Amino acid sequence: MTTIHADTADTVADAVREAYDAGRRLEVVGTGSRCGYGRPVDADAVLDVSGLSGIVDYDPAELVLTARPGTPIAEITALVAGHGQHLSFDPPDLAPLWGGASGSGTLGGMLGLGLGGSRRVSAGGPRDHFLGFAAVNGRGEHFSAGGKVIKNVTGYDLPKLLAGSLGTLAVLTEVTIKVLPAPRAAATLTWFGLGDRAAIAAMTRALNSPMVLQAAAHVPAACGACADGVRAVTRLHLAGVPVAVAANAANLADLLGDFGVPETIHDAEAIWRDLGGVERFTKPGEIVWRIVLPPSAAAAFTAALNPASNPRWFYDWGGGLVWVILPDAADGHAEMVRTALAATAGADGHATLIRAPDAVRRAVAPFQPLAPALAALSDRVRQRFDPGGVLNPGRIWATS
Amino acid sequence: MKMPCPDDAVIADRVALVRGLRGVSDSVIDDPAELAAYASDGLTAYSQLPLAVVLPRTTADVAAILTYCHAVGIKVVPRGSGTSLSGGALPLADGIVLGLGRFNRILDIDLANRCAVVQPGVTNLAISHAVAGDGFYYAPDPSSQIACSIGGNVAENAGGVHCLKYGMTSNNLLGVELVLMTGEIVRLGGKALDGAGYDLLGIVCGSEGLLGVVTEVTVRILPKPECQRALLLGFSTMVAAAECVAAIIGDGIIPAAIEIMDRPAIHAAEAFVHAGYPLDVEALMIVEVDGTPAEVDHLIAVVDALALVNGATTIQASTSDIERTLFWAGRKAAFPAVGRIASDYYCVDGTIPRRTLPAVLTAITAIAAARGLSVANVFHAGDGNLHPLILYDGDVPGQLEAAEAVGAAILEECVRVGGVLTGEHGVGVEKRDLMLRQFTAVDLAQQTAIKCAFDDRNLLNPGKVFPELCRCAEMGRVHVHRGATRFPELPRF
Repeated sequence: MTTIHADTADTVADAVREAYDAGRRLEVVGTGSRCGYGRPVDADAVLDVSGLSGIVDYDPAELVLTARPGTPIAEITALVAGHGQHLSFDPPDLAPLWGGASGSGTLGGMLGLGLGGSRRVSAGGPRDHFLGFAAVNGRGEHFSAGGKVIKNVTGYDLPKLLAGSLGTLAVLTEVTIKVLPAPRAAATLTWFGLGDRAAIAAMTRALNSPMVLQAAAHVPAACGACADGVRAVTRLHLAGVPVAVAANAANLADLLGDFGVPETIHDAEAIWRDLGGVERFTKPGEIVWRIVLPPSAAAAFTAALNPASNPRWFYDWGGGLVWVILPDAADGHAEMVRTALAATAGADGHATLIRAPDAVRRAVAPFQPLAPALAALSDRVRQRFDPGGVLNPGRIWATS
Repeated sequence: MKMPCPDDAVIADRVALVRGLRGVSDSVIDDPAELAAYASDGLTAYSQLPLAVVLPRTTADVAAILTYCHAVGIKVVPRGSGTSLSGGALPLADGIVLGLGRFNRILDIDLANRCAVVQPGVTNLAISHAVAGDGFYYAPDPSSQIACSIGGNVAENAGGVHCLKYGMTSNNLLGVELVLMTGEIVRLGGKALDGAGYDLLGIVCGSEGLLGVVTEVTVRILPKPECQRALLLGFSTMVAAAECVAAIIGDGIIPAAIEIMDRPAIHAAEAFVHAGYPLDVEALMIVEVDGTPAEVDHLIAVVDALALVNGATTIQASTSDIERTLFWAGRKAAFPAVGRIASDYYCVDGTIPRRTLPAVLTAITAIAAARGLSVANVFHAGDGNLHPLILYDGDVPGQLEAAEAVGAAILEECVRVGGVLTGEHGVGVEKRDLMLRQFTAVDLAQQTAIKCAFDDRNLLNPGKVFPELCRCAEMGRVHVHRGATRFPELPRF
């Protein structure tokens, strides 16, 4: 298949316009670190935008950063860390989950997936920090939306729509994101040996307290990769000014005293990187599902998974996110997972097949099927960006 | 300001329309005296009687009314509490108003999932009140929060003084039930942190009533901070105040709020509420921090030290909630206070990169002076959201037009320095014709294309947000002044 390399906004527009005129379909890729996500694209050519890279503007005091979408996330996090700042929404490094190199993801890819990390529960997701962009729509037209300031309601909030749209609406050519001061101190309190229901109760009590948790995760013993390989671990993360972290750690230990005495880790960055990246919890070839649901339904959902399928799971976002890991199967266990979710979370939950062989992701809808009226509306919106079906056709829904 | 040409045939057929609406709804208002209550929203410079007002009670009612209007081609303007400052709920001469005021129930408070499910007519503050007993609150706090509805907040993506730290409505919104103009009902999001499929919730929030009618809202609720304290800081120059804001954020602190007032605003506020503001300063800043007591005391000490380094001439830290409330009293009364020194004022709402603040304030003064007007400035300094209040006298011929011209020139200056037309009030009719200053025709075409995906006949709140080619009717303008503003009881800040 032909690969077109575009390293300016104009060459992107030219490539898309030519494809639109010729009725050709494009698979839009950056470094390709996340190509294992979603359905395999049905394309005639590859549009490689990884060369559209580099920081455009960064003024730390303004809390905004503008960059081209091919810029590696690692470059951005290193740059802002040098100014005491961070991406508070904590984009997970998911590339290794699909066999890519750690740290190989780009800014555009991260926004295109729109998947929040462990701090989603406190700081929001990529959508909440995506302020503005310039892009090329499916007709090859340059357009922009949003702004380069942190507070803006001028026009539709298109950055939110583009976050998570997997390049099916437009090709980003420049993006502006919000950056925030990084906390000066952090502590992760860990409780051991809690069952799922007790752990979610503990996380809920903590998240419902004024202690301002940054993240809350629970890994059952069966999921492995725990602190001591035997017991379940429940981890609550605090961050902020040192005096507050110390006081809140003590308060939190008291608040959850009935769940045991926690161990406190001050340098837990690697632990949270592993939890966000998920790959550490999987074996090669295993199927991975990502379930977003109300925390109160989480334990019931995992209990409803068929034990005969040998599922393992762990919880993030205080129970609002469940990762389910399963052995390889031709149907990706889709019916089993979705039936369990529908029975326990109804319409409030959705399940995404995050990792599976291409053939499985082609055969099974990897994304939650939508109600008919919503599916029709979503497709109308897509067509208004990409009437020719040029951009990543089939990546989210099978093309008819 | 011009609106799309009203369709005279529709207006002439009003009796048939009312009869048709009564066929699908038992709550149709067509008495002109009653309709008058809906003629304006919070932007009182404009007024228009709608053909009728319908006040549905259920989602099924809304769907039936929209289905009918879609079938017969009648324009619909959705309305919550009508507190919009940009004319978002301004009626159309050939359309109806769909009032959501009867959707006033809190449906579910779900502490385990930290969310509340409410009907769109519930006021912003009522949500916080409903969960206060459990130690929670709803974070976005627009100044009109005692009256503005959560449905309106969703439509406008409302902000407030605390959105620097806690975000706007869209960052605190989990889901909506939405009725499309065709009468179809869709649910976007729910009680989980993210929804499935495209993030349509993200564009419905802030769509100013152009995409659908929200009939149910699920919001996140947060545990209330244990403690809040504020610092009152005075500076001899605006430049010093702006540098202090940059120093606070540069030090890694995101306060719950940072507000600045300039000299005219300080004097007006002090004369009105006697908050004890220093009168010998050019800029007065309120910095509020929240969290656990240890954190708050620490942050107060750090900000205090930064203020000293940056030349603050007055530094007062609140030692009680009463004192903190007093610091805020002047700021929160700034709009009515300014209303006492000028017979009329016109509020602008641009956002700028903070680094341009001193230069933009100088430009604002010059822009107003060139038209013979003066300005009092209050602003959300942490996020660069300006609220210049342009002072004028509506009894002097030409001054309203001058004030509007000054407002437009100020917003153009905001865009020129890299900012945007509106930080939290919305585009509505007020800034609609300035959209091409910020966006290209292609940008706007892409946005209006999205509207077509939701509302292909352009029947839902047309004439708002996007400039249209067909504009021929000059809007009737009702001049309200000398304190006779709509919602005089509402704080505006």
